[in-house]
Amino acid sequence: MDRFRMIFQYFQSNSESVMNGICGLLALASVKMYTSLDFSCPCLPQYNMAYGLGVMFVPPIILFLCGLILNRQSLVMLEEWRRPAGHRKKDLAVIRYMCSSIMQRAMVAPVVWIIVTLLDGKCLICAFSGSMDPQKFVGFANVSTEQVQQLLAKVPCKDDELVRNNASRKAVSRYLRCCSQALGWSILLILIIAAFLARWLRPCFNQATLLQARHWSNYIDIEQKIFEETCCEHSRLFAHKCILHFFESMQQEIKLHSFSLPREGDGAEGEEDLLQGITDQDQVNNLLKTWYYEKPPLDVSQAHQR
Amino acid sequence: MDKFRMIFQFFQSNQESFMNGICGIMALASTQMYSAFDFNCPCLPHYNLAYGLGILLVPPFILFLLGFVLNNNISMLAEEWRRPRGRRGKDAAVLRYMFCSMAQRAMIAPAVWVSVTLLDGKCITCAFCTSVPLQTLGNASHPPLSQGEVQRVLARIPCKEIYNGQQLVANEVAVRYLRCISQALGWCFVLLMTTLAFLVRSLRPCFSQAAFLKSRYWSHYIDIERKLFDETCAEHARSFAKVCIQQFFEGMSTDLVAARCHLPRKAPADAGEAAEKLLGITDQGTMNLALKSWHRCKPPLHLHPPALPTGNGWAGEGQPPRHPSAPRKETAAYYSWV
Repeated sequence: MDRFRMIFQYFQSNSESVMNGICGLLALASVKMYTSLDFSCPCLPQYNMAYGLGVMFVPPIILFLCGLILNRQSLVMLEEWRRPAGHRKKDLAVIRYMCSSIMQRAMVAPVVWIIVTLLDGKCLICAFSGSMDPQKFVGFANVSTEQVQQLLAKVPCKDDELVRNNASRKAVSRYLRCCSQALGWSILLILIIAAFLARWLRPCFNQATLLQARHWSNYIDIEQKIFEETCCEHSRLFAHKCILHFFESMQQEIKLHSFSLPREGDGAEGEEDLLQGITDQDQVNNLLKTWYYEKPPLDVSQAHQR
Repeated sequence: MDKFRMIFQFFQSNQESFMNGICGIMALASTQMYSAFDFNCPCLPHYNLAYGLGILLVPPFILFLLGFVLNNNISMLAEEWRRPRGRRGKDAAVLRYMFCSMAQRAMIAPAVWVSVTLLDGKCITCAFCTSVPLQTLGNASHPPLSQGEVQRVLARIPCKEIYNGQQLVANEVAVRYLRCISQALGWCFVLLMTTLAFLVRSLRPCFSQAAFLKSRYWSHYIDIERKLFDETCAEHARSFAKVCIQQFFEGMSTDLVAARCHLPRKAPADAGEAAEKLLGITDQGTMNLALKSWHRCKPPLHLHPPALPTGNGWAGEGQPPRHPSAPRKETAAYYSWV
């Protein structure tokens, strides 16, 4: 229990950690989405390529946009970019730093999707089975052109009656899967090497500028959070004063209109203070009606002056 | 248990986080509802379209309305919209902000349902199986059939067990084709929704950021003010009830003492708190009378200033004001022993 609370607090404390957490969750979500997706290649000549490439490239765009939307810092960066200069200069290096860190985090989930797709192989088999050269495969070598297009388009569908036990279908499928997996592993290797080099070589260039940019981007983020919290606190106090002011003005109205004798002996009861002089069903009804029909003005300066 | 309480407190602390939590729960509920739903295509020519499109479009509408119903702020919006002007002006920008943020949150669960339905493919397969292009998918060698026959055969595509048109068009081919179209539509829909959300979110800081901050502050203010007013009224009602009941007991004991016509017992000086709390009612008969009176004849909602010190039922000093004396007299006459 304590451990869970500690982890939760750790992630909440630092906004960068929160963003890393969201990034990781999106990557996991993309893997889960892929495994739960029912991939069914249409196995028709013109549709295969569109479907295969669509499933490979459209979800990454969606995941990228989701990564930008869910990242709070992208809003902060946009506001900082578009605000008027006012009394505070704008530092383009900070904006660039924030932009690059947002983009890097948003790219993780799309890249995970593409790599998982390639390593699985179904998308590429579906997209490129129609573009294979039939002469390389014995079973398709001596077939007429339209027939061969039909047969090649049906390669991704194992259970189709035309190609069910065709050895050449299996050969094409294996070949394409091998290419797909090779491509997937190569992309993964290149990306990891690029990330490794970027992280390792960064201290060699502009370390001081980087530290400044990172500090001020954290500052802008924290400043905005504290501003929002202060506004909430302020509106709470404002509402409190406004309501008290309203009850007091009702009490004054009642005193003006009623002719009851003043209370003698303000003996014990603290309850009477809480009642604010409103001690009657009609008075309460009147108060509630006034609250609805004539809300008090948003001005507590008189309450202060009292 | 602690874990739930912590998560609950986190969501409660911030009103917006709470609404986001409800929004996420509804999205999960909509996927769960879809997977638990037993989809049964009727496999008849005209019913397929109605059933498929109905399953695609009616639950999102219900989820959208449910999203509004579950949102606490809807009553706040309605109240702010309909209240008379009074001494406080109304700001249309605040109303628009509140409505937009509620509508955005309510749209998420329906969008999830439509996406899941399209990506799964069963609805579109059921709805459009009679419109499958036979020229591209059909077998060349089949006996010519009338239009109605063809429609009836094609309508059975989603129901594999009773499908008898294998010569017309293979079942798997048609299903694959329809599912491919459905998934393409699904991905396009999700892409469109995500792009819209991204544009809405990213274009806002570029225009009217100051107006946005103002609307957000005042909409929070209205919400907090309403809650604080309810709390203040609840406290007032508590004090009101306490004083009302105290005065009822005092009134009862005073009446009984007056009716018995014997000298009032002065509470001994060292009675202590417990004796004070007894409010002058010290035997079973009196207590039963007090309870019966509370049920049969509740006191009026009118508190009089305390003319009596608390503690004993002595109706001695001080003048009670004119208003409450009349009902009290009636009460005394009704329940007197005489």
